[in-house]
Amino acid sequence: MSYNKENIRNFCIIAHIDHGKSTLADRILELTSTVAKRDMEEQLLDNMDIERERGITIKARAVRLLYTAEDGSEYVFNLIDTPGHVDFNYEVSRSLAACEGAVLVVDASQGIEAQTLANTYLAIEHDLEIVPVVNKIDLPSADPERVCSEVENVIGIPAEDAPRISAKMGTNVRAVLEKIAAEIPAPKGDENAPLKALIFDSYYDSYKGVIIYVRVTDGSVKIGQRIRLMAAGAEFDVVETGYMGATELVNAGELHAGEVGYIAASIKSIGDTKVGDTVTDAENPCTEALPGYREVNPMVFSGIYPADGAKYGDLRDALEKLRLNDASLSFEPETSAALGFGFRCGFLGLLHMEIIQERLEREYNLDLITTAPSVIFKIKLTNGEIVYIDNPSNYPDNAVIAEAYEPMVKASILSPSEYVGNIMDLCQDRRGVFKNMTYLDETRVEMHYDLPLNEIVYDFFDALKSRTRGYASFDYELSDYAPSKLVKLDVLLNGDIVDALSFIVHTDKAYARARKIAEKLKDNIPRQLFEVPIQAAIGGKIIARETVKAMRKDVLAKCYGGDITRKKKLLEKQKEGKKRMRQLGTVEVPQEAFMAVLKLDE
Amino acid sequence: MNKGLYIHIPFCQRKCRYCDFFSVTDLTLAEDYIKALIRNIKAYGETFNTVYFGGGTPSLLTAGQIYDILSAANITTNAEISMECNPNSADKKYLSELRTTEVNRLSFGIQSLNDNELHALGRLHNSAEAIAAVQNAHAAGFENISADLMLATPGQTMNSLNDTIERLCQLPLTHISAYMLKIETGTPLAADEKLLQTLPDDDEEAEMYLLTVNLLKEKGFAQYEISNFAKAEHECRHNLKYWHCEEYLGIGTGAHSYLNGVRFEVPKNMEDFLKSERQQEVITDSVPGSLSERLMLALRLSEGFPISEAEEYANKLISAAAPMEKAGLLKISEDRIALTPEGFLVSNEIILRLTESI
Repeated sequence: MSYNKENIRNFCIIAHIDHGKSTLADRILELTSTVAKRDMEEQLLDNMDIERERGITIKARAVRLLYTAEDGSEYVFNLIDTPGHVDFNYEVSRSLAACEGAVLVVDASQGIEAQTLANTYLAIEHDLEIVPVVNKIDLPSADPERVCSEVENVIGIPAEDAPRISAKMGTNVRAVLEKIAAEIPAPKGDENAPLKALIFDSYYDSYKGVIIYVRVTDGSVKIGQRIRLMAAGAEFDVVETGYMGATELVNAGELHAGEVGYIAASIKSIGDTKVGDTVTDAENPCTEALPGYREVNPMVFSGIYPADGAKYGDLRDALEKLRLNDASLSFEPETSAALGFGFRCGFLGLLHMEIIQERLEREYNLDLITTAPSVIFKIKLTNGEIVYIDNPSNYPDNAVIAEAYEPMVKASILSPSEYVGNIMDLCQDRRGVFKNMTYLDETRVEMHYDLPLNEIVYDFFDALKSRTRGYASFDYELSDYAPSKLVKLDVLLNGDIVDALSFIVHTDKAYARARKIAEKLKDNIPRQLFEVPIQAAIGGKIIARETVKAMRKDVLAKCYGGDITRKKKLLEKQKEGKKRMRQLGTVEVPQEAFMAVLKLDE
Repeated sequence: MNKGLYIHIPFCQRKCRYCDFFSVTDLTLAEDYIKALIRNIKAYGETFNTVYFGGGTPSLLTAGQIYDILSAANITTNAEISMECNPNSADKKYLSELRTTEVNRLSFGIQSLNDNELHALGRLHNSAEAIAAVQNAHAAGFENISADLMLATPGQTMNSLNDTIERLCQLPLTHISAYMLKIETGTPLAADEKLLQTLPDDDEEAEMYLLTVNLLKEKGFAQYEISNFAKAEHECRHNLKYWHCEEYLGIGTGAHSYLNGVRFEVPKNMEDFLKSERQQEVITDSVPGSLSERLMLALRLSEGFPISEAEEYANKLISAAAPMEKAGLLKISEDRIALTPEGFLVSNEIILRLTESI
């Protein structure tokens, strides 16, 4: 189909996890005949295993679709899939910047959730046309009218004629496509101006190098053209450019203003292709880059170590490979007295951290030990100097700390009103400061809290879910540093500090945390030849204590008819089993013990 | 040097509920089996100063059959010739017939003198039969008699164990072997959930073991190996060969050997064994006798491991052992490292740590 800017519709879908974004995307792909039925795989856009399993989108993707509307006119749809999670907030904002409209999918029985709300506000900030859609009308508990009035009341956009659909059953999906064609504006932009395109995603292909996904705002790009990435300051020659088919890239040779597509230019490092950067023509550059570019900084840090010290090199290779696809992952070598060689890794947030760990274990077949996640604390020293600490091991001595600060977040929680009490208890327990609460309708509330990030990096999601039977949703944005009373808690095994188990905690919670950690360790460290005292201490002061009793029995009593070999083999096997444990001084600590101390909410 | 001879008799009337050994109940095969044993003993042509009939149930063979087997072997004078006996397959008549062979040491699989415990284990005998068997053996002229005792069996308590040992020590015994029951997967006992719940836990088991060690010592049975106790000069010379890393020949299905520098086993295949001219040797270890193996074996003995054998590793060994000595798990004397009863209980872990140190 020939290029006609007026018939291009660039849009994304905003939805809460499980509200049916991927199913709707699949239906749209089917209806536009972009994918033959036989090639259809559930959740086609989510192509990482983890995405499919968790029903979330980790990285943005895009696909071009051809749609013939009921009045006979033909459209090019560019569906840009956005990550739904707050950890990927910046990626979401760049995806939105590539669109003129957003389809807002709301579950007909659940209504609006915190993440949906956050992303919809973001879309409105980017002047996107919002097309509300009520999904899952086939559910017995569906109440589309209530949900529509919720959309009108909470978001303030008309939803009276929002399509009521069931993406799962395929009901009324065509109405969504008609709405997209009719309501979302065509892209603006000047085709004759110098090239100006926004990078909204990139990934590493082992044959073509880095592939960047772009939205062309002005001008055009074609094979052979020399391009410049403005923030990175790097220049490349375009080798291939075109658009994204549902299952493969289509090398069309050129892209024009208003179009969404990809560029391959033998780019070696993903570090050069930062999301949000502007692509322009090297010879005839645009005067001004697109607004909104910023560096993304990790918020949560943790040490990642190979369970088997010999796998350090493998871990480094795996992290390097992951970074090819994920520029927001940062890591640097770190040494722990307890765990040996590993890496201090920085993540955008908790989900990002979990995903990286899971991918390392799954895709690179590594056994990992992860230390407790830490945020970046700001410390004013007595000499006036300010230091930032992301590793408890580097926490300064209390005597030289003038004032300690910890990062705060503004959290918003949406929940059925019956759980308000439980949520307040939880937030209070996590040192939250209540800001306000509004009723979305008779049964649902939105609550705002200021919370220390350090209190939510552990298991806040899980705790919230278990206290609201899974109904509450949660979103947060980083606000600022606030003064805090912090202490470093050390864990000692057999009298020796295990650096990998140290963490920073608020003074008021130190005792409770110390007791819990000691108990958890006691339950997870097997009995050994000698008694193992477990202690938790602040400075030199022991505040909790447990003991793993010495083992009493570990013997192969009988040795039948001189079968020495069998006895040797049994001992060998036992030796292998011990290899899976970390030797900390005289104490053998299984991997699970390190994991267990991360999950303290019970 | 004279070797040990182990003869495996794989026949049983019925399998005990905890047993995962190779055994057959078809006694009609016994004649052919004995022929094969004799054929093999002659073929190896070694000279032995200890012989051990193990099973299975060797006492299912007639005294005549035992005599025939022994006649095939070159046995030194004053050799120790042991035979395992089931208390219910050894009556007065059988025992006096057996006394006419060269067998001079009997080992009765008594396990317990508590009838409920014997029943739970699926043993064929009761406590009265067990007591009678030992007395009859003594009356028949056997002076060297051993009893097997089982610890940590279903339903066993400290009291019942104490009672069994007290009564056992009133019998004319020279040797007692005390084993902790190990639940082997695939046995009927392992599948008996209800019974498994009556098993003592690790701590109780350890207490039972220490009770046994102390009580037997009081009764004149000195511990000389993890599981073995004897009156003076009555240690089982055949078993000591295993721990002293000396050579022995095993004949019969599933038998193990350490012969001419190699460890091998005979497949557990009755048909093959009966029809082959020579038993098949499957090598399990072609380079036995390493330092760590000798350490593992010697540490089973109360006399312990001679430190001089560790040569240049002696210092490393001693420093690894030092914290264990402090914890009362072993003793380091001028020339030996020897486990204490508390150490025997955790000997796997100790052996692993000590072998890792060298």
